[in-house]
Amino acid sequence: MSDTEIEIVVDDPTAPEADSPAITSIRVVDVTVSLLLVALALTLGYDNWRTGIAWDATGPQAGYFPFYLSVILAGASLYGVVVAFLSRQEASETFVTRAQFRRVMQVFVPTLLFCLAMQFLGLYVASFLLIAGFMRMVGRIALWKSLLTAFLFTAIMFVTFDIAFDVIMPKGPLEAAFGY
Amino acid sequence: MEAFGLLMHGFAVLLTWKTLVLMMVGLVLGIFVGVLPGLGGPNGVAILLPLTFSMDPTSAIVMLSCIYWGALFGGAITSILFNIPGEAWSVATTFDGYPMAQQGRAAEALTAAFTSSFIGSLVAVLLITFLAPMISSFALKFGPPEFFAVYLLTFCSFVGLGREAKHKTVISMSLGLLLAGVGMDTVSGQLRMTFGSGELLRGINFLVAVIGLFGISEILLTMEERLALRGHAAAISLRVVLSVWKDLPKYWVTLLRSSFIGCWLGITPGGAIAASFMGYNLAKRFSKDPEGFGKGRIEGVFAPETAAHASGTAALLPMLALGIPGSGTAAILLGGLMVWGLNPGPLLFVEHKDFVWGLIASMYLGNVVGLVLVLTTVPIFASILRVPFAAVAPMIVVSCAIGAYSIQNAMFDIWLMLGFGVVGYVFKKIGIPLAPFTLALVLGNRAEDAFRLSMIGSGGDMKVFWSNGLVGSITTLAIVLLFWPVIDKAFGSMGRLWRPAKAAG
Repeated sequence: MSDTEIEIVVDDPTAPEADSPAITSIRVVDVTVSLLLVALALTLGYDNWRTGIAWDATGPQAGYFPFYLSVILAGASLYGVVVAFLSRQEASETFVTRAQFRRVMQVFVPTLLFCLAMQFLGLYVASFLLIAGFMRMVGRIALWKSLLTAFLFTAIMFVTFDIAFDVIMPKGPLEAAFGY
Repeated sequence: MEAFGLLMHGFAVLLTWKTLVLMMVGLVLGIFVGVLPGLGGPNGVAILLPLTFSMDPTSAIVMLSCIYWGALFGGAITSILFNIPGEAWSVATTFDGYPMAQQGRAAEALTAAFTSSFIGSLVAVLLITFLAPMISSFALKFGPPEFFAVYLLTFCSFVGLGREAKHKTVISMSLGLLLAGVGMDTVSGQLRMTFGSGELLRGINFLVAVIGLFGISEILLTMEERLALRGHAAAISLRVVLSVWKDLPKYWVTLLRSSFIGCWLGITPGGAIAASFMGYNLAKRFSKDPEGFGKGRIEGVFAPETAAHASGTAALLPMLALGIPGSGTAAILLGGLMVWGLNPGPLLFVEHKDFVWGLIASMYLGNVVGLVLVLTTVPIFASILRVPFAAVAPMIVVSCAIGAYSIQNAMFDIWLMLGFGVVGYVFKKIGIPLAPFTLALVLGNRAEDAFRLSMIGSGGDMKVFWSNGLVGSITTLAIVLLFWPVIDKAFGSMGRLWRPAKAAG
């Protein structure tokens, strides 16, 4: 069956190095997240208590059900803080290495900028910038390929959603210039 | 045989050109989603859901469920050819699938995977066809206490039977239930947990959260890894297919066992992941030659794939019959039902016959079409992997943004999606499971309504949950499942007391 075989090889030029030092352990993050959850549970619990957790003529008040959920969440998170704090295993496990974190930021920061740009430029222009920029900067893909892919993808999305399916996306000055 | 007649009616609903085209589109998109790294069944369904908003519910569910079948098929391609499980439930498929591919038996392994997926789904669909109408007509007698007891059972079984640390499951679930309550209270009209924010007034939309939790966070996680890959894609010739199928009857015990495990774990919220591992381990344990597993035995492909698909399909049974999803993807489909204006629950079988039987018929048809499609087009889909992730990642981000925005036309939802993306990334890394969160978020309001209505009915007396045999036994079962690990341990130590000689084993 070898006559029909195709070899597929894909390289990853900006892959994170394997021996990169750890930024933090799972334990630190686990404790932090659990503490944040405790704080969230207390805030929500307080708000529900203010809304009313008792009974009135029509039955339980609006805050009744969520208040007890906040209590459960607070309890489980507090327990989580203790367990995570005592866990030797979690202390030895890496949450993220420096190289990995850099890579994650390489997607996260452009995504954040994309969301920001969308408010002013509209979704389609922001998408074009995100795709072209990401392919060029992170993937080291040839500029013309990046621009062409970004344009085609954005155009297909525009035709599919705005024209064919009537799902209206936020638009900016460019679309306005074309009368959309 | 009333079910049979209704099923035929379902096929009649389906057999229009428009539906068949949508089915093919869904399957192709699904396989695509399953093959690509950083996308999976739930993500694909969540991102593509907005496309269906302007369709009628039957076309929409046919397309979405076909995306789901496609994703299930697609996961096997990458696990066998590249040793990269596209989905968590295809991890067990790599154990024997990849060695087979290395020995030049890739076509055989792929055929085995697709065929067993098909068999697994088929068994589960048969189960749905005959069991779902029965359960739903039984559930028509349910009042609010019974419904709350069933919700409780779902939540408790997640905690008791889940593999994750118990307190983390509880955290995930209570957080989901809490966030479901943000916004206007449906009973009294009062605002809660909005802190004066106009944006939170609408509440936290379930689909926005899912797109962030599964779509965005998956991209972040995928970027952490080295994304280089090397492998061979093989076309499948008819000769190989026929020779694998000829051997199929020899493995009927494995297939049957895995289908059974899959159906069971799919209905109870255990999920496809557990099912695939359990199927694999049991096949290994009962095999005459357990040493051969992991070195390229075809049974090692049959067992996990059958179980994963049976479970993925069976997860739709409680969703259809009771309105309770058995998996993350089923939860998203349930979210879709509400968007299309259908009320999930047992009444669906009475009020929307076309929809339900169209969906069930599409499970049969989608799996047959899917099997033919994947068997003929494997090399094309495998070469999708040539597309570098740097091109795929921003496109996924854009699709997520379109999906999140289009649900309520709110810019705030874009930020919410991004926030949930970060939350999902952190939660996955510290081991807080996301499936209970998803389930709680989609069921939250209904569970609360059921609870409050039963409380109002009984005047605040908790005894209402033990007021008759039915609700009492469901509630008791829920509590038993919640404490199952403790009970199991207690029984285990009692067993040891009785048979001290065997304690070493």
